[in-house]
Amino acid sequence: MSGLVVRDLQVVFDGFVAVGGVDLTVPSGDVRFIIGPNGAGKTTLIDAITGLARATGAVTFDEHELLGRKVHKIARLGVGRTFQNSTVFEELTVLQNLDIAAGWHRGPLTLLRRRSSVPPEVQNALETVRLTAVRDQLAGTLPHGQKQWLEIGMLLVQNAKLFLLDEPVAGMSHEERDATGELLGELSREHTVVVIEHDMDFLRRFARSVTVMHAGKVLSEGTVAQVQADPKVQEVYLGHPVEA
Amino acid sequence: MTTLQDPPVAVEASAAKAPRRFHALIGFGLAAVVLFALAPVALGDFRLGLLAKYLCLAIVAVGIGLAWGRGGMLTLGQGVFFGLGGYAMAMHLKLADAGPGELPDFMQLYGQLDALPWWWKPFANPAFALAATVLLPMLVAFLLGLLIFRRRVRGAYFAILSQALCAALAIFLIGQQGTTGGTNGLTDIQGFFGYDLNDPINRRMIYFIVAAALLAVLGVAWQLMRSRFGELLVAVRDGEERVRFLGYDPANVKLVAYVVAAGMAGLAGALFVPAVGIISPAMIGVVPSIEFVIGVAVGGRASLIGPALGAIAVAWAKTALSEKLPSAWTYFEGLLFILPVVFLPGGLASLAMYLRRRRSTSTEVTS
Ligand SMILES: Nc1ncnc2c1ncn2[C@@H]1O[C@H](COP(=O)(O)OP(=O)(O)O)[C@@H](O)[C@H]1O
Ligand SMILES: [Mg+2]
Repeated sequence: MSGLVVRDLQVVFDGFVAVGGVDLTVPSGDVRFIIGPNGAGKTTLIDAITGLARATGAVTFDEHELLGRKVHKIARLGVGRTFQNSTVFEELTVLQNLDIAAGWHRGPLTLLRRRSSVPPEVQNALETVRLTAVRDQLAGTLPHGQKQWLEIGMLLVQNAKLFLLDEPVAGMSHEERDATGELLGELSREHTVVVIEHDMDFLRRFARSVTVMHAGKVLSEGTVAQVQADPKVQEVYLGHPVEA
Repeated sequence: MTTLQDPPVAVEASAAKAPRRFHALIGFGLAAVVLFALAPVALGDFRLGLLAKYLCLAIVAVGIGLAWGRGGMLTLGQGVFFGLGGYAMAMHLKLADAGPGELPDFMQLYGQLDALPWWWKPFANPAFALAATVLLPMLVAFLLGLLIFRRRVRGAYFAILSQALCAALAIFLIGQQGTTGGTNGLTDIQGFFGYDLNDPINRRMIYFIVAAALLAVLGVAWQLMRSRFGELLVAVRDGEERVRFLGYDPANVKLVAYVVAAGMAGLAGALFVPAVGIISPAMIGVVPSIEFVIGVAVGGRASLIGPALGAIAVAWAKTALSEKLPSAWTYFEGLLFILPVVFLPGGLASLAMYLRRRRSTSTEVTS
């Protein structure tokens, strides 16, 4: 099937099982939130899907097997990700960051010349992630929220079909969260989106489906309402007020 | 939410694009005037010859600026490529000096050889030798780079490996005295493609060739730095892992910069031979390789012109100081390396940039 299919995924670090047999199916067009306490293995799951962490099991995206492929080959299949701590190229401008993200398929002749105009996909992404006004600013000088948007913009121009976003709204102000939520809505029209997030309020407003992870395993899965009603989830979150 | 305090200075604000290109043209024009008009008039034959030598070092430095300043690869082993270029050129010139069918003087002197070793033979051909001065270092860098960057060797490991290669090449050359001239190197070179190097006019001509080569190399570096490749190279320097997630293999990006830098070092080595009249293991080993990098650090590794100016300045200081206080130079050189690394990571070029930025902000305030 198209979309992301994960079967019996295991990631072991020096004998410590960070992800212990996860099954996950994210159909095309879904906006899936993955929640779970710190250390549940959410980031490691994304690391395994994107080729950063060695894993066993099976991961397919649009029927392509991902496990065993190199990071850049997986990216070329349309799997894009952001990081918990934003990793934009700080000494390049917003425009340069986006232009690089748009370019892995460029030939040597294009690479050896100067960018003469702003490519249309870059222009569109600038508008989508609301960074047109700061186009020529160094990415390192952007506030945290805008860095995260720039990362999302980079996925857009990269032509990613699957967006794996690791805590994109952590540390954002209320307004920034709302704007990011709207952005996720726009993205989901043409992309499959997986978001790791802690914030329950944000999740209720923007998730279409939710997977709860705990101690390297999937604890529960379903709609927001189903997951919230699950006693297993309430148990894990005991002491963490679910009604944040 | 998107209110911005005080937009900081972008590297390439689009409005500044045209003036930047204009600035670059002015810069090249100025450099050409200094190199081709002022220096030859102001300097006597001896000083001009020294300058030719410094300009060779500056050519190496431009390549290091690209690989290290923009690409983050601390190339502490450029002596290898400088040496390959230098020896390729010197072998041809020695063969040409000896005349057709004759052995170069040092081979006759050591007296163990009746015939030219097979790997010397192609260098009798001037076209082959000239091409080899640049292509051989590039080929070696390509093969090394494939091994090194695919295996993700970087940082200090890369620097140490580079040093080890220099040491290995120098030791190899010293060990093969009969065919390489050993510690002495290839010395006493008389002619350059039919021109007598003892004639001051011809030595001036060599200076002009070196100066033109430096300008050409600066032009190549300028284009690479402003191209999309240049932006990508900086991205790889600052976030090698991140670049992978955008679908690039950073090993290839680094490889290109490394190979180009090696070609520049090879060209510099080749020009060094007629400019100085000698190439020897002492000029390509561990210490000279570190000295190449010192000039770049002093001048500002990430800028275009900084590495070249730094290399010239350090080489000049070395000549001036070691003439007067030979023992002090070593300490001074150590200081030269440490000071910019600790206090001025951007080198002298960053001072200029800082001043320009201050000036532009102060004019903004007054206007
Ligand atoms: N590279 C690593 N080496 C060893 N242990 C790791 C590594 N990465 C993550 N872990 C461990 O795996 C577990 C899951 O981590 P992570 O996936 O980052 O959790 P989450 O993102 O859900 O907070 C944690 O206990 C963490 O300490
Ligand atoms: Mg995490």
